[in-house]
Amino acid sequence: MSELSVNHLLGIKYITEADIQLIFETADQFKEVINRPIKKVPSLRDITIANLFFENSTRTRLSFELAEKRLSADTVNFSAASSSVKKGETLVDTVNNILSMKVDMVVMRHPNPGAGIYLSKHIGASIVNAGDGAHEHPTQALLDSYSIREKLGDVAGKKVVIVGDILHSRVALSNIFALQKLGATVKVCGPKTLIPKHIESLGVTYEPHLEKALNWCDVANMLRVQNERMDISYFPSTREYTQQFGLNKKILDNLNKEIVVMHPGPINRGVEITSDVADSKQSIILNQVENGVAVRMAVLYLLASKIQRNEN
Amino acid sequence: MFQNTSMSQKTLLNATEIHIALHRLACQLIEKHDTFSNTVLIGIQPRGIFLAKRLKELLESEYKIKNILLGQLDITFYRDDFRRSDKPFQANQTTIDFVVENKNVVFIDDVLYTGRSIRSALTAIQSFGRPLEIELLTLIDRRFSRHLPIQPDYRGRQVDAIGDEKVKVCWKENEGEDAVYLVKS
Repeated sequence: MSELSVNHLLGIKYITEADIQLIFETADQFKEVINRPIKKVPSLRDITIANLFFENSTRTRLSFELAEKRLSADTVNFSAASSSVKKGETLVDTVNNILSMKVDMVVMRHPNPGAGIYLSKHIGASIVNAGDGAHEHPTQALLDSYSIREKLGDVAGKKVVIVGDILHSRVALSNIFALQKLGATVKVCGPKTLIPKHIESLGVTYEPHLEKALNWCDVANMLRVQNERMDISYFPSTREYTQQFGLNKKILDNLNKEIVVMHPGPINRGVEITSDVADSKQSIILNQVENGVAVRMAVLYLLASKIQRNEN
Repeated sequence: MFQNTSMSQKTLLNATEIHIALHRLACQLIEKHDTFSNTVLIGIQPRGIFLAKRLKELLESEYKIKNILLGQLDITFYRDDFRRSDKPFQANQTTIDFVVENKNVVFIDDVLYTGRSIRSALTAIQSFGRPLEIELLTLIDRRFSRHLPIQPDYRGRQVDAIGDEKVKVCWKENEGEDAVYLVKS
């Protein structure tokens, strides 16, 4: 198979295992490209991509922009803070206006869950979800699984624990879908208040003790506490959270095996992970960032390859 | 598109003829590149790498030339028919673990047809440096079918294939036999 089953990347839920494998195989080639002296290929030279960020982002946005530029696509950037959204324009109107300027693909981050899905029903361009509220963040999950595959050889059969704020995390949900589709077992760990009800219905188990969870796993994905999404207090204090769910060198060294430590960023150093762990050789945090560009190039390339042929 | 029910194929080169052609191509390469001290071979993915590997083996075993640098170049991301073709392209691996700057590069591919793959390869190789000179070696040169002003410097056999005829190159290590067929559909 050498074609995606979808025209948009709205979430991991909507793609197949074969799609993920194709993205990984294509990303392998792009990883080689971005390590060349000249890190650019002309594939998307006639494609224009709009990056619509209705919510703040640093690394995802940079990563997408870099991926687009390495594929030679033309890009336009938009951020909600300085736009007509503030003047009361609707999402569909905003996007349709941008599309009238002949844009082929849209990379969108939006605070509302399902914004990408809604948009895909109203516009013709190919949409890549770069995070919609607490719903999905598919490219992050893809690069996380890709990094596990790179580090451990395969994702199938691996045990992964996702630690932290599962309730507000789109990274967690996308990761659960991706890891399960690739054959890994997933556990979640964190304060009970930050674990969604009925999480078991997704086929994952809950472990309230960090050390037990870490002793079980091959890979620990440490998530950030998303203070900006918390309207009420979910735990007594940051200090208490760190004591129970923060990963430090002492815990890591006392485990019965060497695990891989991941973090989607941005890191709150000293809260969910200490600096010595984040910078240790067990951490693949910076590999995740590098792989992010290759994986996003693969996603954009594979989606773009479907555009014209659909028109024909 | 109409459905084809019958397919016929004609042998263009058999195993012995391929053997002879490979030896001749190897000798022609030596004539020009001597000890290959400043020359690198680049097989074009996916089908050119079989021919490239064969030639390297031949040069090393029969003609005692040592340390020939061989790379493989994938042109998928450089194609000019991206999104224009009916079927999607699967990318292959590029492995060039040496610098091509100021080197004599020999592109190796099995069949030269429209010349578009080679055009893409000419662009792709630039990402690895500026070669001194680039030459092209193909086993089969399909005459009168070029879309671009590209000609081979070394050719195994020139053939006239028209329209819907297709040239199929088989290798022992992949298809189980060395042979070149002209397939009519």
